[in-house]
Amino acid sequence: QESQASGLPEYIKIVEVGPRDGLQNEKVIVPTDIKIELINRLSKTGLPAIEVTSFVSSKWVPQMADHKEVMRGIERHPGVQYPVLTPNLQGFHSAIAAGATEVSVFGAASESFSKMNINCSIEESIEKFEEIAKSARNMDIPVRGYVSCALGCPYEGNIIPAKVAEVSKRLYSMGCYEISLGDTIGVGTPGSMKRMLEAVMKEIPLSALAVHCHDTYGQALANILTAIQMGVAVVDSSVAGLGGCPYAKGATGNVATEDVIYMLNGLGINTGVNLYTVMETGNFICTALNKKTNSKVAQASFNTGTI
Amino acid sequence: AFPKRVKVVEVGPRDGLQNEKNVVPTAVKINLINMLSETGLQVIEATSFVSPKWVPQMADHTEVMQGINKLPGISYPVLTPNLKGFQAAVAAGAKEVSIFGAASELFTKKNINCSIEESLERFDEVMAAARAASIPVRGYVSCVLGCPYEGKISAAKVAEVSKKMYSMGCYEISLGDTIGIGTPGSMKEMLTAVMKEVPVGALAVHCHDTYGQALANILVALQMGVSVVDASVAGLGGCPYAQGASGNVATEDLVYMLNGLGIHTGVDLQKLMDTGTFICNALNRRTNSKVSQASCRL
Repeated sequence: QESQASGLPEYIKIVEVGPRDGLQNEKVIVPTDIKIELINRLSKTGLPAIEVTSFVSSKWVPQMADHKEVMRGIERHPGVQYPVLTPNLQGFHSAIAAGATEVSVFGAASESFSKMNINCSIEESIEKFEEIAKSARNMDIPVRGYVSCALGCPYEGNIIPAKVAEVSKRLYSMGCYEISLGDTIGVGTPGSMKRMLEAVMKEIPLSALAVHCHDTYGQALANILTAIQMGVAVVDSSVAGLGGCPYAKGATGNVATEDVIYMLNGLGINTGVNLYTVMETGNFICTALNKKTNSKVAQASFNTGTI
Repeated sequence: AFPKRVKVVEVGPRDGLQNEKNVVPTAVKINLINMLSETGLQVIEATSFVSPKWVPQMADHTEVMQGINKLPGISYPVLTPNLKGFQAAVAAGAKEVSIFGAASELFTKKNINCSIEESLERFDEVMAAARAASIPVRGYVSCVLGCPYEGKISAAKVAEVSKKMYSMGCYEISLGDTIGIGTPGSMKEMLTAVMKEVPVGALAVHCHDTYGQALANILVALQMGVSVVDASVAGLGGCPYAQGASGNVATEDLVYMLNGLGIHTGVDLQKLMDTGTFICNALNRRTNSKVSQASCRL
């Protein structure tokens, strides 16, 4: 009722990226059993989608070397999606063999970032993803597309909205059911978020859009609010705000799931997620990682003993 | 549509330092305010003329007020909890003062041991003296989005207290989310009620970032036409009600957002960050500003 009156979506799907995006950007290598327990706990919070791991070469991403064991080891709760990253066809096949039923591919709106990150141009990366999309289509496996650097690039600086729209459209046309627009270095503000979404919304239906905001400059919640005011109803976040920023040493990265849910609860928007159990899960993984939480809600709640 | 200009009210030297554990030497406070005066900020809350028995951090209020460079065009308001404080403030050279009310009876009782009604009556004297001396008075309302003792606070109550303070002669009412529990939903509801009683041009928001909601709450306030926002350099000032939790929103992070929205503030972000670095070194603590954290390593 409250959310309807304000023009905001009634329901928002939260995509939990802590176990993959979060852990991948944490210095400490996490044992397989801890990863599995993290995901199992997250499965009990009501989260509808949990990004489990990445089928990438362990040479590049040692943290994700145990992708097969994690995929096979987790409990699969009915109604919960467990997507995994697949950077190429080989990774895709490996993921399927390990039991994956949804995959994600990562594009970028910046040529420089694409070159530095995956050593090929945007066009070349799209061609690789098309191979994956084709195989996935044959096997009825849904594919989620990510567009990095949607609001700025660590190498190129400003990124024009038209470029983000172009790359998004390519991913959507090849069959990605959802496009997650990532503010990879967190430089975006409500102004640039609005301009970027306006351009992308000309090419992609609103219902297929998600935002993946980093909180490196403290702008994430304001940017997410802007997106949901424009009708976006899928938001990525990371429990305890796991995952620093690889481009700004010591700075934060992902927005904390707890803080997002707190805001959405306050707006009367349904997420299906139990904030308290997410906080408990955040507490678990931070203890295991021997680090403080990046979630302000968790910081405030555990110190007053109230929620 | 957003306002074209926003006035940023810097509360670091008062609200910020008051809620920091370490007592800061007078010279450091003066240097902090002088550095802030070079950033383009138009309003810098300098100190509080409250009894040092209650707030030891502000015991040097007279020295600070007399010691700072007062640049033309910049306002240096000070808190005055009563007539005695007001007189001391004026004697020390203050040209603007602030008074503090609350939208919660229990908070008022615990904080200053009287009812809301009584607290406002105490300020009648201050208002009369201020009017006689042509000193502008800013009014603060605490607990506008929730109270650490009462919990939920009705928007109507906030509107009632705001109206009272505005009618008493306060030129601006700063609405404070004292424990930071507000969200864009409750901010909108509260402002809608208050804007029925007080013109939006006389309203300011004072958001705490204890639950990470400050910038989102400020965004909503801006969308509703509010154009005055309080903030604290480096996010100085913890939350006295949640140990270890953060308090004030960081001025750097606010200015970063306003810059991105194309809203004019007149503030130089780099100079602001440098000031934040200075005070954090002096306090031997890390900054609470994410913009500062990110920028110093790039």
